[in-house]
Amino acid sequence: MSAPTPASSPATDPESGSTPRPDADPVDGATPAPTEPAEPTGPASSPQVRQQLFASLLQRQGAAAALILVLAISWVTLPRFGSTENMRDIALQSSFLAIIALGMTFVIITGGIDLSVGSVYALGGVLAAYGAQSGVLMALLLPLAVCGAIGLVNGLLVARLGLPPFIVTLASLLFARGLLLAITSEGSKTRTISDSSFLSLGRDSFLGLGLPVWFAIVLCLIGGLVLRRTRFGESVFATGGAEQSALLMGLPVVRVKVTVYALSGLLAGFAGALTAAYLQSGVTVIGVGVELDAIAAVVIGGTLLSGGAGTVLGTVVGVLLRNVISNVINQIGGLDSNYQSVISGAFLLLVVVVQRLLSQARPRRRR
Amino acid sequence: MTDLTLRGRSLDKGAVSRWLQDYGVFAAVAALLVFNILFTDNFLSAANFRTQLVQAAPICIVALGMALVIGTEGVDLSVGSVMALSAALVPLYLGYGVVPAILAALVAGLAVGLLNGVLVAYIGIQPIVATLALLVGGRGLALVIAHGQLVDIRDPDMLTLGSGEILGIPIMVVVAAVLSLLIWLLVGRTTFGRRLVAIGDNRTASTLAGLPVRRVLVGVYVICGVLAAAAGVLATARLGAGDPANTGLLMELSAITAVVVGGTPLSGGKVRILGTIFGALLMQLLRATLIKNDLPDSTAQMVQAAVIILAVYVARERGTR
Repeated sequence: MSAPTPASSPATDPESGSTPRPDADPVDGATPAPTEPAEPTGPASSPQVRQQLFASLLQRQGAAAALILVLAISWVTLPRFGSTENMRDIALQSSFLAIIALGMTFVIITGGIDLSVGSVYALGGVLAAYGAQSGVLMALLLPLAVCGAIGLVNGLLVARLGLPPFIVTLASLLFARGLLLAITSEGSKTRTISDSSFLSLGRDSFLGLGLPVWFAIVLCLIGGLVLRRTRFGESVFATGGAEQSALLMGLPVVRVKVTVYALSGLLAGFAGALTAAYLQSGVTVIGVGVELDAIAAVVIGGTLLSGGAGTVLGTVVGVLLRNVISNVINQIGGLDSNYQSVISGAFLLLVVVVQRLLSQARPRRRR
Repeated sequence: MTDLTLRGRSLDKGAVSRWLQDYGVFAAVAALLVFNILFTDNFLSAANFRTQLVQAAPICIVALGMALVIGTEGVDLSVGSVMALSAALVPLYLGYGVVPAILAALVAGLAVGLLNGVLVAYIGIQPIVATLALLVGGRGLALVIAHGQLVDIRDPDMLTLGSGEILGIPIMVVVAAVLSLLIWLLVGRTTFGRRLVAIGDNRTASTLAGLPVRRVLVGVYVICGVLAAAAGVLATARLGAGDPANTGLLMELSAITAVVVGGTPLSGGKVRILGTIFGALLMQLLRATLIKNDLPDSTAQMVQAAVIILAVYVARERGTR
């Protein structure tokens, strides 16, 4: 993947070694959680600095601006879009992807990638349907244990053996799908869930919002706090920002990497279990391409694919943006459902290109 | 490429893994052949060998392009979707004749490769992400073009491409062999090939040495795209129908595995064409072995996953991250 080449080391970079940049990311310092960069000091008025500030602002808040724009336009032009019913629907649809993308955010910040989440998500749902036969506890424990174990193996292969993350997780994408097929007689058997207390996890509401939405909110809050306020969170940023330095500083880089992949597997499995409760059965065909949706949401939210920077809030905005757009496509109607993946691909492309061009406008991000 | 590793590995272990990397794929193919001849019914027949070679042809053609891309320290995840685009375009243009239909598919592959190459070389997006977008978007586009349907092919010339023979050798195998030879010559005997390997070995040094790094990179992704499209045409001809939903599904994974098993490191700087061809044969033999011994699809997938991990583990010794 994109390891920094020796020639781009600090020695050849005339920019490094100068005074701290005014547009320093709030995330890469030890500062707890400022949401805005500190007021520029020094040569703040120079147009170059102002341009950099604008670029960094656009990169971090661009998704939020796009979301507000899309929401406003759809609200005005589509009659059914603004209904409480529809809003509730978007929130519920987003909750599953948000839980998956939360794990993906951690993985991508360490500079990795997890392509297995789609299969693991589907596997989690099927396992939950199995576990639900012996009560709500097993319905949750079984998917969490198996999916967490797959994530753990991903992490060990990446961190201990130093194998490339995309190959490892591509292989476990295959493995999880194979396991799913093996326990459902090659995908022909769909197990329905009858345990009412487990079903209520996916179907009940609280204060007008479905329980999965509340799970997503709570998990994202915890995730955001862990990332910003804990030693572990700082290690995650350090691992992705400069792995060698993090190693030399004595940070537990291997443990951090193993943990984020295990976390990603756990969260994908949990999202699968919630989906099974919502759909009242372990559906075998779901989850194809979900890894791309999650990656797109994370990237759209301003998390750098090269690692070292990112926010949970941005990811949530990315997830909402994706689901609002697909909701709009559905409402317009008459569009081939296959356009969804064309648009997903094009959108991801647009975002990474814009992100790349913006980061070129900020010299400190240049590799 | 350097043999200097920070881990203190004993010389023996290094030697073993180096041998595995260089000759492991040939040994594995031989072992699978012996296993099948001994234990699988009806394996040892000319008809079966022909079937195996024909089915390995598309994997082999895709893997050749993938080997070039991986040689530049890149990766192309969009190859399966390019095959799907071929499957959608060939029936669409078959009304104008076989040649226009094939050309349409190849042009689509060229366009995808060009886009991939520009994104990677000129805009500087990581290959995984640039080609991931087209992995999803490309198949979506193919399904949109074909309205999500399977289209039967009745053109006799097109069908001959999939099932015909030249001097008793299936046309698909001939095409794969010719393309293999061309790519082998390209890598070993041309300036382009040398530059490609140099870029994969050390991109910064290549830039400083004045090599046209970006143009070579775009060229490599274009070749990969066109080869994938050609494989898509062959797969469609063989199937006798354009099936954009399933043609080339997970092909990126098979192709990457074939390349890595064949001894081309993911860290670039080295391309092994013969190893790649045997890697493709290995993938096909593995699948055939599992199917012929009545193991279900699910087991086949899990075994494939294990082989991939094993392959990158063995390949990792030479500086793979």
